[in-house]
Amino acid sequence: MRTLEYLRPATPADAVRAVAEHPGARYLGGGTNLVDHLKLGIAAPELLVDVSRLPLDEVETYDDGSGAGLRVGANVRNSDLAAHPLVRSELPLVARALLAGASGQIRNQATTGGNLLQRTRCVYFQDPTTPCNKREPGSGCSAIEGYGRYNAILGASPDCVATHPSDLAVALVALDTTVVVLGADGERRVPLEELHRLPADDPSRDTRLAPEDLVTAVEIPLAGATKLSTYRKVRDRASYAFALVSVAAALHLTEGIVTDVRIAWGGVAHVPWRARRAEAALIGHALTEQAIREAVGDELRHAETSEQNAYKPPMLRRTTAHTLLQLAAQSREESR
Amino acid sequence: MSVEQQTTPVRVRSIGTHLDRVDGVAKVTGRAPYAVEHGEADGVVDPLHLWLVQSTVAKGVVVDVDTESARDHPGVIAVLDHASAPRLAESDDGELAILQEPTVHFRGQIVALVLAETSEAAREGAALVNVSYDVEPHEAELREDNASYRPDSVNPDMETDTEEGDVDAAIAAADIVVEQTYRTAYEHNNPLEPHATVAWWDEEDGREILSMFDSSQGVHGVAQTLAPMLGLEVDQVRVRAPYVGGGFGSKGEAHAHVMATALAARTVRGRPVKLAVTRQQMFALTGYRTATISHVRLGAGADGRLAAIEHRVQEQSSALKEYAEQTASPTRMMYAAPHRRTSHRLALLDVAVPSWMRAPGEMPGMFAHEVAMDELAVECGLDPIELRIRNEPELDPETKKPFNNRRLLDCFRRGAERFGWSSRPAHARATQDGDWWVGTGVASATYPAMRMPGNAARVRSLGAGRYAVAIGSVDIGTGARTVLTQIAADALGVEPGAIDLAIADTRLPPASVAGGSSGTSSWGSAVVAAAQRFRADHGEHPDPGVETTASAADDPQADELAFHSFGSVFAEARVHRWTGEIRVPRLLGVYSVGRVINPTTARSQFIGGLVMGLSAGLFEESYRDARFGHMVTQDLASYHVASHADVLDIDAEWLEESDEVFTPMGSRGIGEIGIVGTAAAVANATYHATGMRVRSIPITPDRFLES
Repeated sequence: MRTLEYLRPATPADAVRAVAEHPGARYLGGGTNLVDHLKLGIAAPELLVDVSRLPLDEVETYDDGSGAGLRVGANVRNSDLAAHPLVRSELPLVARALLAGASGQIRNQATTGGNLLQRTRCVYFQDPTTPCNKREPGSGCSAIEGYGRYNAILGASPDCVATHPSDLAVALVALDTTVVVLGADGERRVPLEELHRLPADDPSRDTRLAPEDLVTAVEIPLAGATKLSTYRKVRDRASYAFALVSVAAALHLTEGIVTDVRIAWGGVAHVPWRARRAEAALIGHALTEQAIREAVGDELRHAETSEQNAYKPPMLRRTTAHTLLQLAAQSREESR
Repeated sequence: MSVEQQTTPVRVRSIGTHLDRVDGVAKVTGRAPYAVEHGEADGVVDPLHLWLVQSTVAKGVVVDVDTESARDHPGVIAVLDHASAPRLAESDDGELAILQEPTVHFRGQIVALVLAETSEAAREGAALVNVSYDVEPHEAELREDNASYRPDSVNPDMETDTEEGDVDAAIAAADIVVEQTYRTAYEHNNPLEPHATVAWWDEEDGREILSMFDSSQGVHGVAQTLAPMLGLEVDQVRVRAPYVGGGFGSKGEAHAHVMATALAARTVRGRPVKLAVTRQQMFALTGYRTATISHVRLGAGADGRLAAIEHRVQEQSSALKEYAEQTASPTRMMYAAPHRRTSHRLALLDVAVPSWMRAPGEMPGMFAHEVAMDELAVECGLDPIELRIRNEPELDPETKKPFNNRRLLDCFRRGAERFGWSSRPAHARATQDGDWWVGTGVASATYPAMRMPGNAARVRSLGAGRYAVAIGSVDIGTGARTVLTQIAADALGVEPGAIDLAIADTRLPPASVAGGSSGTSSWGSAVVAAAQRFRADHGEHPDPGVETTASAADDPQADELAFHSFGSVFAEARVHRWTGEIRVPRLLGVYSVGRVINPTTARSQFIGGLVMGLSAGLFEESYRDARFGHMVTQDLASYHVASHADVLDIDAEWLEESDEVFTPMGSRGIGEIGIVGTAAAVANATYHATGMRVRSIPITPDRFLES
């Protein structure tokens, strides 16, 4: 069998040092993604640095001067975060996104940090007998002319059309979440929107992090719009499936006019996709189905589809419209 | 010695009651050993572990197998390839004759085996085997333009084509014609327990003996298949399968991994070899249901009475071994029509070998036929149940024999009453509930009643009113162990607790496969025959130790009647008007299957079939990438089966009846009918909900996006 070293450091700094000193080392969190990859033979780290028992499991409020927020430790389990009273009351889309993901067993195991850092999903990436630029740079992309039902429609490249599978990341990117990263040079804060990267000509990297960068927490602003928010995931079966498309949305209406709106999409790109252009198109307007469809169309102007994922733009238009109109109806209800 | 016994109907006492599963406690407490779990207590001492090396090309010739680094890996004992594996005495069965030649017939084929001290070492060793190929062009895609080969027969031994009257003239003269093409996807059986085999060779009385634990639906079949290939007499192969975690047909016959384990064990004589097939490997090596293309033409009068039925099927098999799914077979006997034509054509592809999957033939065929019937009902402006009433045949349209017990319409009447069918809007797209379009649909279900030859059972007196009953049949999780106990108890006139039942061992009297919904009928009849003969020979107070082995004589009436079971399936579907998501809040099956032996286990069988039909209708699809030649959806994350959240209000019931012409228990068989027609009922319900007709499964949300 293949042997590997296993280390359980006492502090985050020790963890970072261990990975920095050891090329080929990988962090191990809940293991729900990496352990699969070890079994499939598509990841072969020489050293596993187990960070799952580091004391990064607090959920607490903070106020950094620019506003209040919720800081979530990287080791908070998905199931615990979804059940947290503050998340349920203040950030319902986060709770809904978490509960739309995976299965109860996996949510009990998976961590907040690990969820964001799970690899993009593609059947060819999982199958070492086929070419895949992500697994084996330069070998080619099998998905472009192959099984394409889940392929990206935005930001893909001729080298990779995989999509990011996280539901949580889509919700968090809609909320301007910041990721707290401990690196070789100390702690820094990275906007979640800048954490993941498009595949371009190097699909082997899913994020902009260095190998030794350790996500220690995420900071979610508790802005006004976020209370009226939801997460809508469309999938083939009712549970335990990756999104065909998903929509995270938050809305604030003032006298029927959009004054704040957040839209992020899952299942469409190599990254959780913040639809900023669509948001901009809606601000200052009444929220009608037509306006939403046009805004989504604007965001999708560079979308590329093939036969098998041609359903995604219309599904996205309809799901986004449905989601925002539902929030608007809720808003009217609440202001009544 | 086995004698043949003419059976008489059993006086029913335990049969028909909810006896708890006799192995339930052992299973839920983890004490029931499955194939790969057998240890020292069962003779599996110090086993080696086997891993399969699979071809990464679809067609070609192995030119080199570099085993050096694999053999150097710690724990690896041996690597076998086509040059070093033991020779087989017979190699006609291309699927099973592994490692006899360097030819590669499909991607995923076994090209080498690695034996090691641990499973992990075997797996890593397999990854280190470097196989080089001369690659040849392959064809792995089923298309209408390449499925033109006419097989000599279709599974199991039915006519390939049938024709009666003048279909073309009848269609030309018909008031109403439905002419459509329907498609079903590739599907993989995916039982919960992956295939697994333990094998070892030793000697008994100077003869070679191959012993196996195999996760199989029929131990005798495995022995009969393997023995001649290995140059053995059948009694030199002992196969046991005390507990099996499902099969759905994929364990109905030995697949290549079973031979791989037997061959590998032969090279390490005396030491057991264990193989657990992985979920991914199951997508290449343990059978699957072919995709099907059904060209259906129905010609009818304005009143809906059918004049012509045509069902032309295109599907695929492996060029390595032919398996022709009998997709049009139910069309031959379902409805009355004077002019009829069915045919089957195959594309023989460079792909893995297809095989049985729950209701082969009936499941894909009835999807096509029953959606076509729904379309005809719409065209005629008739309620779909009324359409079926108008086309009910008096005799089996295929054989012209009387049906033994055709109660299709009773199933519809009962189902309609329970489902509330009478309040259904006549038109599609008539009901909206919030953001959901709501509709209902029906379909017929049918499955032939089969009793297999080659079964015998043994009854032995244990004294004090107890009896040992033995038959080599396998319980694949259906409850066979429980219902055979009930049958034996009633046939002997004792309580179920007085029966010690032994099954699933080739050293017991022979039993046919747990397949074709024939198990309980075939084995139960043998048990009844043995019990009745035993009583005739030994009376009500037998001495301890006396025994009788008997098989059931054929019923002379059997040739004069057409034996089939029937059912009706009712589905409610909701389709989200924004997202296209589909939910099935209600699913009901009503069946006519003869007498139900155990309502608890029977209900599980029906509901399991309905769930699997729902799953086929909405989710299941194996995607073959024709460029590579293998299924790229090869795990349960990408091959979707219904989750709990998809299965809502689901129920099955059955008509109270007894078919004592067919078996002395009055039963017919229930394992497969639940999957038949279910996908069609769901499809028809989505049409009724939305007015959009989907003619291929799985039916996915993207089909209902209108813009």
